[in-house]
Amino acid sequence: MAHSPLFSMVYRLWTIDNNMNLHEILNQRILILDGAMGTMIQRYNLEEEDFRNEALKNHSKPLKGNNDLLSFTRPDVIKAIHRQYFDAGADIIETNTFSGTTIAQNDYDLGQEWVDKINFESAKIAREVADEVTALNPNKPRFVAGAMGPTNRTLSISPDVNDPGYRAILFDELVSAYKHQARKLIEGGVDIILIETIFDTLNAKAALFAVDELFEEIGKSYPIMISGTITDASGRTLSGQTTEAFLISMQHMPLLSIGLNCALGASALRPYLQVLNNNAPFFVSAYPNAGLPNEFGQYDESPAQMAAQVEVFCQEGLVNILGGCCGTTPDHIKAIAEMAGRYEPRKLLVDRR
Amino acid sequence: MDYGQITMNDFTLKLSGLEPLVITKETNFVNVGERTNVTGSKMFLRLIKEGNFDAALAVAREQVEGGAQIIDINMDEGMIDGVEAMTRFLNLIASEPDISRVPVMIDSSKWVIIEAGLKCVQGKCVVNSISLKGGEAEFIQQARTIKRFGAAVIVMLFDEVGQADNFERRIEIAERAYRILTEIVKFPAGDIIFDPNIFPVATGMEEHRRNAIDYFRGSKWIVENLPGAKISGGVSNVSFSFRGNDKVREAMHSAFLYHGIQNGMTMGIVNPSQLEVYDQIDKDLLEYVEDVLLDRKDDATERLLEYAEKVKGKGKEKVIDLEWRNAPVAERLSNALVKGIVEFIDEDTEEARKQFARPLEVIEGPLMAGMNIVGDLFGSGKMFLPQVVKSARVMKKAVAYLMPYMEEEKRKSGDKSTSQGKILMATVKGDVHDIGKNIVGVVLACNNFEIIDIGVMVPAEKILEAAIRENVQVIGLSGLITPSLDEMVYVAKEMERLGMKIPLLIGGATTSRAHTAVKIDPVYSGPVIHVLDASKSVPVAQNFISPDLIAPATAKYKAEYEQFRIDYKNRRKDKNFVTLEKARAHKPKLSFDNLVTPSFLGTMVFEDFPLEKLRERIDWTPFFLTWELAGRYPAILDDKVVGVEATKLFKDANNLLDKVIAEKLLTAKAVVGFYEANAQGDDVLVQTENGTQTFSFLRQQNEKAADQPYHCLADYVAPAEIGKKDHIGFFAVTAGIGIEPLIEAFEKDHDDYNSIMIKAVADRLAEAMAEKMHELVRKELWGFAKDEQLSNDDIIREKYDSIRPAPGYPACPDHTEKRKLFDLLKVEDKVGITLTENFAMYPTAAVSGFYFAHPESKYFAVGKIQKDQVEEYAKRKGESIEYVEKWLAPNLSYE
Repeated sequence: MAHSPLFSMVYRLWTIDNNMNLHEILNQRILILDGAMGTMIQRYNLEEEDFRNEALKNHSKPLKGNNDLLSFTRPDVIKAIHRQYFDAGADIIETNTFSGTTIAQNDYDLGQEWVDKINFESAKIAREVADEVTALNPNKPRFVAGAMGPTNRTLSISPDVNDPGYRAILFDELVSAYKHQARKLIEGGVDIILIETIFDTLNAKAALFAVDELFEEIGKSYPIMISGTITDASGRTLSGQTTEAFLISMQHMPLLSIGLNCALGASALRPYLQVLNNNAPFFVSAYPNAGLPNEFGQYDESPAQMAAQVEVFCQEGLVNILGGCCGTTPDHIKAIAEMAGRYEPRKLLVDRR
Repeated sequence: MDYGQITMNDFTLKLSGLEPLVITKETNFVNVGERTNVTGSKMFLRLIKEGNFDAALAVAREQVEGGAQIIDINMDEGMIDGVEAMTRFLNLIASEPDISRVPVMIDSSKWVIIEAGLKCVQGKCVVNSISLKGGEAEFIQQARTIKRFGAAVIVMLFDEVGQADNFERRIEIAERAYRILTEIVKFPAGDIIFDPNIFPVATGMEEHRRNAIDYFRGSKWIVENLPGAKISGGVSNVSFSFRGNDKVREAMHSAFLYHGIQNGMTMGIVNPSQLEVYDQIDKDLLEYVEDVLLDRKDDATERLLEYAEKVKGKGKEKVIDLEWRNAPVAERLSNALVKGIVEFIDEDTEEARKQFARPLEVIEGPLMAGMNIVGDLFGSGKMFLPQVVKSARVMKKAVAYLMPYMEEEKRKSGDKSTSQGKILMATVKGDVHDIGKNIVGVVLACNNFEIIDIGVMVPAEKILEAAIRENVQVIGLSGLITPSLDEMVYVAKEMERLGMKIPLLIGGATTSRAHTAVKIDPVYSGPVIHVLDASKSVPVAQNFISPDLIAPATAKYKAEYEQFRIDYKNRRKDKNFVTLEKARAHKPKLSFDNLVTPSFLGTMVFEDFPLEKLRERIDWTPFFLTWELAGRYPAILDDKVVGVEATKLFKDANNLLDKVIAEKLLTAKAVVGFYEANAQGDDVLVQTENGTQTFSFLRQQNEKAADQPYHCLADYVAPAEIGKKDHIGFFAVTAGIGIEPLIEAFEKDHDDYNSIMIKAVADRLAEAMAEKMHELVRKELWGFAKDEQLSNDDIIREKYDSIRPAPGYPACPDHTEKRKLFDLLKVEDKVGITLTENFAMYPTAAVSGFYFAHPESKYFAVGKIQKDQVEEYAKRKGESIEYVEKWLAPNLSYE
């Protein structure tokens, strides 16, 4: 279903309103982000043909596992998952575009045309579901965050151990890829740009650079959420930064929020959220995994267990946005949403004085 | 939408490398390293021209180690490609955490080089510099780009007309640039740094007289009138006319900085080694220098030149600080304890002994006071374990010195104990590992507990007998191998049988809260507490020393473990298992098309393997873990919290290694064997000189996703039914031959630090030996990976094909298979490693295991297994079910 021009115009006015709205709501309560997409997709036991449409029928590389394609090969699946998260109490859902860059899709030999389709269609169906659910209860507006993943290349780390000065990607290439992605996400109707699972701050700086350029070109800004990943117990990103150094490196844009997701389980995130809570002039978000993977790579923290752990964040007033990453399901989000409803959101630094 | 309203602007300049650098009004001065600059350092220029980036990195590292908080990098030279050199150098720095922890300053007069640099830096850096020289449009465009990259900026006071060289021009250009940046570009004011131009003074030219004072006045005006703006500058310029006269230059730099900072200077490019302490500048010299800087006298320059002639060539000197030796004896003792200085302890103890009526008072007085400081510092995380162990060494030396006097006194009067309480410590029967136990012992002793350490491989009867005889308040058990867990359960049962009530502390690598709560706590009615590491041992022990605390503490721990058991049971219900039959039906489907035959069959022994070859293979990360310092090597050496201690520890370890290698104190030996083998079910049938020997393995049964296989090590050997001849390898290595006399000597010297150190080092050498042998096996002895090219780091990260699992570890948790391996390779005879009755290896610095060459082989954990497998496994091994259940207790999925 394509949007009519009238719809687009009304919609555009509405989003502007919406963004103001978003900021206000964040001052009033903790907003809930959705949970894992991959974990939910696994439940459908999809096969190779589910990842192909007519045009991809004879594509030479296997596409199974390239979840972003499902947004147009099996939109029913992705929409159902979005819907389940909204029904569980999520305020914001993420588009199914974690790998929606030419860089990430290069592994599948899929070029710009397909990447554009992934981003536009993913944003579009997420928008449709969000609008449907908002219509059911206009007092609780639902939002769509356009997810931009870290890609599978790093700007700060050499993939060649014998040449630490080598880089498999250039800053400009990453800027260009991210700019394409952000443009299509916005055309598809997202409310927010979410740069997530940042393990290399320089990659994220390229994303911010791209988004800033894009905003200037289209003459309109969207709220930006930033979410980094702490990869080990020493509290650093994969590229070696401490949480505070990461925050400082991301602070040059007026962000909506900054936070952490993935990698560690909820309880291990707490000290790093405290760093953000004490220093970040933006809203703070957290969407951890459902615990650590067990020896079989599965996440087995139950909804109640996870909600109990993130409850500590709420008790201490550390967060404004909460959700789940790997291994979380609508049940987890439901438990978290119910718990979070009992707590006040974190106060912005400016409001604490 | 503009969310700018929610950013706070308190004008703090926040920069970052891997770590933050926050510059507030209170920050005294930030010094910027200057040697990585081709325009300022001939040596650095030569290195870059020659493409010797390793040496260039060393220059950067030296800067950071020398205290530079930011490093300035400049590649502006006609003969080099600045963009290429800047990019390459910054990318290389990114791989060096000890350098990239500080922010960089990208220094260039060429915009393309600045832009190239900005694309390589993940942290928030500083651009040095832009100016109004090329007009407003260019200035605005460059500032916008810098902002988009998230960097701070240095603005040179330069405009279309020229460089600002007096006070009025300085403030005119600064104000104009500031307005453009804050109002048009919306650059954060706190990120704007002005460089108001430091020019030489005392040049003899009249127009240079006010160069310094105008810089100071200009700086002061800027910080007072342009909110948030910071001041920087290249200091060494000011003393340009005194090149070659270090004493005068050092004094000028210090005095300039002193006044610069007074007037608002925030950061500067300074060579810290070319800096005298302001207070220590010779009075006359300081007066002459300040006359020049502040333009106080007409003949200031002449007078300074005259003075300079006299002092030519004298720089500052370093002296070893022995100031603390002048303090009263109590302070000296306490200082020696905190710093771990053993050098003067005997004479200080003697002096203290003479001051007090009784030798015991020296211990109770100044020595305990010193140890209390150590305890507090350790407890609050300001001291680290290696330091505490050194402190303990000093304490032990002092006590040893006093011992004869106390015995003398005891003989005259009778004894009186003063300790907090007595704790008995032992490594349980069948286990020989004691590093952890010794560390806990030292830490407790530092906290005034009396430690009765009855050693390793101690049977339950001996432990309990000693506990009763010595009337101890606490028993601490330690163990590293999994069978020790059962032995601990047995000790607890015996304590219960004897009606004991004293607390039982459990510690060691394989112990866990789960095992303690589920298996040990229920069999003993007294308190049982799992102690995670040495630092946790003190508060736990203190709980049980004061009589009032025992009952509530017991109740608390009992309740906690009861709750843990309930939760554990609830959790366990969720886990699903598959039958052994189903697991086997889903074993990995592997191909055995490219089997390689080893270069020999039977065994090969390596006597006296060169230790220096092992040294380069050492994986240091676990070494630091032994000392309870968390972090990856080498990054740990620069860790903000434990870096200093880790570096010292690393140095001590290497000194000891130097000695061990030079004097051949330890001997490393290995035996490797290859045999024809085929899998039969989950067994591997090995064709030995004396017929077929069966090794039995276990298969995973924890339910997995439909497409995931259930692993068993036997899968990696070609099954008999496909009719292909395959092979298996075995090995045992040790680096601990000859360690006993070393430990003995250290212990005799009360030197726990080195006693623990030698064991930790030997452990690392043994692991390195296992790694080295594995490589030799891959490349030559078995030879299935002849062309392998891997770095040491890759090897530590196990990026190679084939595995070397050890019996008793997750992929083959049954320790009893080790006996077969030892018999097959005749390990005892050939390399001198023995097995205890619980299958622990002695010397402890030893590794043994299997080699599986299959390219798809990988490490996995067997995890919990079901009764059906236990029954069948017992049958295959020809042992009773009880025997198998005993040895596989931690892996049983049922009670």
